Amino acid sequence: MFHGYLPMILSGLKVTLSVASTSLAIACVFGLIGALAKVYGNRTARSLANTYTTVVRALPDLLVMLVVFYGGQILLNKLSSSYGWGYVDINPFAAGTLTIGFIFGAYLTETFRGAILSVPSGQLEAGVAYGLSRVQVTRLILLPQMVRHAIPGLTNNWLVMLKATALVSIIGLDDMVHRAGLASAATREPFTFYALIGLIYLCVTTVSILFFTAVERHYTKGIRRVGDA
Amino acid sequence: MISWAIVSSSAPAFFAGLQNTLMLLMMVIASGLLLSIPLGVARASRSLWIAKPVWVFTYVIRGTPLLVQLFVLYYGLAQFDWLRESALWVFFRSPWFCAWAALTINTAAYSTEIFAGAIKAIAPGEVEAARAIGMGRIAVLRHIVWPSAWRRALPQYGNEVVMMLHATALASTVTIVEIMRVARDVYTNYLVLTESFGVAAVIYLFLTVVLAQAFRRLERHYLRHLDRARASEPAFASIQLKAA
Amino acid sequence: MRYKLATIFALATLFATTVSAEEKTIRVGVEGNYPPFSVVAPDGKLSGFDIDIANAICAQMKTKCEMVQQEWDGMIPALNANKFDMIVASMTINEKRKQVVDFSNPYYDVPSRWVSKQGAFKNWTPEELKGKTIIVLRNSPRADYVAANYPDSTVLAVDKEPAVYLELAAGRGDIAFGSSVVSAESFLKKPEGEGFAQVGETLFLGEGTDGGVGIAMRKGETELRENVNASLAALMAGGAYKTMAAKYFDFDVTPQSAKK
Repeated sequence: MFHGYLPMILSGLKVTLSVASTSLAIACVFGLIGALAKVYGNRTARSLANTYTTVVRALPDLLVMLVVFYGGQILLNKLSSSYGWGYVDINPFAAGTLTIGFIFGAYLTETFRGAILSVPSGQLEAGVAYGLSRVQVTRLILLPQMVRHAIPGLTNNWLVMLKATALVSIIGLDDMVHRAGLASAATREPFTFYALIGLIYLCVTTVSILFFTAVERHYTKGIRRVGDA
Repeated sequence: MISWAIVSSSAPAFFAGLQNTLMLLMMVIASGLLLSIPLGVARASRSLWIAKPVWVFTYVIRGTPLLVQLFVLYYGLAQFDWLRESALWVFFRSPWFCAWAALTINTAAYSTEIFAGAIKAIAPGEVEAARAIGMGRIAVLRHIVWPSAWRRALPQYGNEVVMMLHATALASTVTIVEIMRVARDVYTNYLVLTESFGVAAVIYLFLTVVLAQAFRRLERHYLRHLDRARASEPAFASIQLKAA
Repeated sequence: MRYKLATIFALATLFATTVSAEEKTIRVGVEGNYPPFSVVAPDGKLSGFDIDIANAICAQMKTKCEMVQQEWDGMIPALNANKFDMIVASMTINEKRKQVVDFSNPYYDVPSRWVSKQGAFKNWTPEELKGKTIIVLRNSPRADYVAANYPDSTVLAVDKEPAVYLELAAGRGDIAFGSSVVSAESFLKKPEGEGFAQVGETLFLGEGTDGGVGIAMRKGETELRENVNASLAALMAGGAYKTMAAKYFDFDVTPQSAKK
């Protein structure tokens, strides 16, 4: 039915999944930095973080992706030649994941900001009063508790990001969409292959939703909810 | 720094691209809204026979990338000889039709969920009271359910419209020459970032501000009895990921 | 702490590879969507005339080469962003492109030609094609030619050359303008090309004495360009070029400038 192209599509799924999960990790880093800057930063940090989230969210993903993809490499080339680092080559995987991470970091900044604010400040103050350092307060009190509040936003981000990885085929990453394109050109059966990858995306989405529901249940253990008896 | 010669020579192309982007967006928003209002009501129905099929539709669309949906319609359907030889091909052979259809189906799925959520959030007492004073089903929908649901849905729906503006950029992959396509062509021909993607960014930024402001005004009008703090936030602050 | 260092190290190696100048391999941007010049097999293997030429030039220059596959549409931007060092992707030399990249001497030259349903058009004048939809490859000299000479026709500009014929077969346009070799090899000889034919005369669109298809490099890379030109000349002087071409074509593809 797939003229022997199924293994190629499935190995494209591996690329899609690793792009999505690496991007999520990078987006979490950008998001956390952005959120900390927005909540605790000085004026410069705050306005930098605000510019980042505003501009990224006001532009199409594809546009930001092309700008970071081309512009980022050109900038890096200029930097490396002026500092004499030799030639630094960013591979397409890195470029793609950094770009998607950068875009979704802007949305996660808002998610994390809300999550940070939902941890009662008394608890953080208590930590300081016990003599914990700022880093310790963040690591031991803030982060574990904000995870619970961040999970719904994080789930949503993952689901949207998973689909957004389809765009990396446009900047030349060999993901599932790109391979479906090659297979359909070779077999002249575009419907078969695009419908197939649509189905695969749907399966991954479903598995993700089940997984995140379980994670959320784990982190909300011991939290009373409205409606609980 | 900026080469004004390139900017001015590509200005007509950008202007034409802007027109195409706006045309596509307006067509998609109009048809998406027409589809999603009845679908939203159906999705919120207590009858599973009505609600479930709509759920399947929104689940499938929301679980797959828009780019793949667009490719299935544009490249995929050409696989079937019977369709190519049928009268319907007049529509499906047009890139505009395919882009419009893909974006409409996509936004309809998300909007349906937004409206259904808003309908479900209505206090049952409101509906019961209306029924008690003798209003019919249609009258309840028109006078009680819809006005309330529309207000509740407005902030999220405004967000969806902004996201659709951004989604029109994908039409560049199926030969439609909108803003994104013009920017990519200018970049390929001159290799300058500012005069290509920079100009496109300014246009999208402007359109996003205008849309966000317009919806903020609508919110101020329809939600003036609710949240005053939100109404005074800058419009930009409200752009967020749509619920997947 | 050790874990963190290990993670950072792993990330660094995953993301960036610093290559010193001495052992630098030359990265070649190729297309993979332009049969018989550039084709990708199901297992990802590249083949075609462009690929053979690239390999032969690298062997001649005694450097290691790495093929980087890139969609046609982002070819020059990717070269400029240093994703690879030269483009061997059947890129026709013209003035517009010369403003942003440097070209080697041409390595082949084949004409462009119209393709349509058999008997659909008697000729291909702008009057005859008025109001018709012409399918052409985006950002190519052929697209420029159509835009300049057929102002009253609708243009459907697609992202890759095979799409020109896919769209023609799908009925999304009335007539296609493409490489005479690509349309003959990858469309007209296949079942889906049945009922279609090349029409009109052949047209050479390369400009000036440099006419034809060249290897593009970033501006100012004079040394690379001279090496590539020397290798090309050596290939053409020996019999290697003719042998390679004979694998794909039963006619002469040698560019005019190399025949003199």
